Amino acid sequence: MNGCAAYEVRGLAKSYRGAATPANLDIDLDIPTGEVFGLLGPNGAGKTTLVRQLVGLVRPDAGSLTLFGHDLLADREVAKRLVSYLAQDEPALAELAVRRAVETTARLRGARRAEAGRQATGLIDELGLGDLADTPLVRLSGGQRRLACVASALAAERNVLILDEPTTGLDPVARRAVWTALRRRRDEHGTTIVLVTHNVIEAETVLDRVAVLDRGRVIACDTPGRLKAAVDDCVRVDLVWRHDPPLDDRTVELLARSAVVDGRRWSARLERDQARDVLDRLTRGPVFDALDDFTVATPSLEDVYLSLGGLNHDLERG
Amino acid sequence: MTELRTHPTERLAVAPPLGVRVPFVAAVGAVAAGQLGRVRVARGPLLVVATIQSLGLVVLLRGVVHRGDVATSASIVAGSTVLVVAFVALNLLAQRFGALRSNAALDYYAALPVSPAAVVLGTAASYATFTVPGAVVTAVAGAAIYRLPFGHLWVVLPVIVVASVVLAGFGALLGLSLPRPELATIAGQLGMTIVLFLGIIPPSHLPVVARGVRAVVPGTLAVDALADALRAHTDWTGVVVRLAITTAYGVAALALAGVAMRRAVDR
Repeated sequence: MNGCAAYEVRGLAKSYRGAATPANLDIDLDIPTGEVFGLLGPNGAGKTTLVRQLVGLVRPDAGSLTLFGHDLLADREVAKRLVSYLAQDEPALAELAVRRAVETTARLRGARRAEAGRQATGLIDELGLGDLADTPLVRLSGGQRRLACVASALAAERNVLILDEPTTGLDPVARRAVWTALRRRRDEHGTTIVLVTHNVIEAETVLDRVAVLDRGRVIACDTPGRLKAAVDDCVRVDLVWRHDPPLDDRTVELLARSAVVDGRRWSARLERDQARDVLDRLTRGPVFDALDDFTVATPSLEDVYLSLGGLNHDLERG
Repeated sequence: MTELRTHPTERLAVAPPLGVRVPFVAAVGAVAAGQLGRVRVARGPLLVVATIQSLGLVVLLRGVVHRGDVATSASIVAGSTVLVVAFVALNLLAQRFGALRSNAALDYYAALPVSPAAVVLGTAASYATFTVPGAVVTAVAGAAIYRLPFGHLWVVLPVIVVASVVLAGFGALLGLSLPRPELATIAGQLGMTIVLFLGIIPPSHLPVVARGVRAVVPGTLAVDALADALRAHTDWTGVVVRLAITTAYGVAALALAGVAMRRAVDR
């Protein structure tokens, strides 16, 4: 039912002048109310262009886009009144103190002065920013600054939160505080959350569903569990060599054909039986002495991305 | 790790009501308050630079003006006073908006339910407020140095307001319209220089062509209004008309800056 869906996106496309490839193409998405929806993809996959379209900051060349049934292309004002947007960086807030940044944002979303002050105090407490409340954002570390920007994004409750890489640079404690704050809004207010990430662990941990983007297209969209089940018969074998790998060894030579090589780090997706066989030969033979470290991991969303034809290898695993 | 996906959420049966569109005046106030917080750190040095520059001109030019040449003296004091406003409202605001435009900072405002004109006006108002001390000091010191009458010096306050409106409007327009921040900086400084020359030199001392140019330079009518008030016999109708025209000019510039802002974020 249209009235229940937060976003309905059909055939969205955008090309920037002078760019060799479209920023996005044929994007179809349905994001129900109250879902924590993720956009996962490497740098340049088109995630930011898509969220800027969802917020009404970028006009698509083609397609349709509705928010709670409102046609966003006909009236972009709707997004401003229903959505809170956190960009990758907020230079407009850089020289404001944390409290002032949150308070100003709340007021610019319609809160009265006293209410904006109360909200700022609450958000600063909620995200553990108390000691930094009077410090200008520009004087904070990258992670602290990001956390302050998240606090601003959460000011004045909105039905939809669109957050472009909200936890980039955050330490684990701060990251958990952000996730908890998002969960609270979703659980208590039914807030719909669209979260851009290129961090696989974050995507697997916090998202109800995830769209995997590559070169401007959605190449998969499902729950993290179901997406991973599609590559469940594979495991990822990561090898770190002490020095140049012994390519004269037949197993190493075979592995070299399928592995993604990053210096002395190799990463290969292998079927389970094949992986067992390869590891058996690597750990028993003389090649083992050349190995500095190795790990075997069950499939992650990165493996999903790669199995679907994704070419980029800059998704974060940490 | 915190799990988010364990709580199925009841979906809304109907579309949620739209949030409020922030009233224009409230938005101007919120933007201005935020900007005042931002500029507070840099306020002192900027004030000193703007004031010293104008006071320096007043003192330097004292040596080339004959005692008793009230018209020229009044023009110098009025021009130097408005120059403080031009330094901040035209020059610094052009730089500020040029920087906001170039690093995508306008997206922050564009995603909020406020009118672009409110953002321009709020930012301009915050910059204009810290021109007041420097402009007042320059006017008072200038009147003392050139022995001009103090009786009508209060006119400096409406002149500051009106000059701020027009010069901030043009500063914002330059910063939001020019494609690169470097160009906005150059344009802002060039604009300030034009205000300096055409404001300080009395119209009667300018060639005919320059007088025509002077008439359309923002802020020069405000200079003339203040200069008139610094004479013993003030043409009050002229002062009011000049300030009214300048205000209208400023409102038009601010409106155009609002349009420029809308275009800058509408990519």
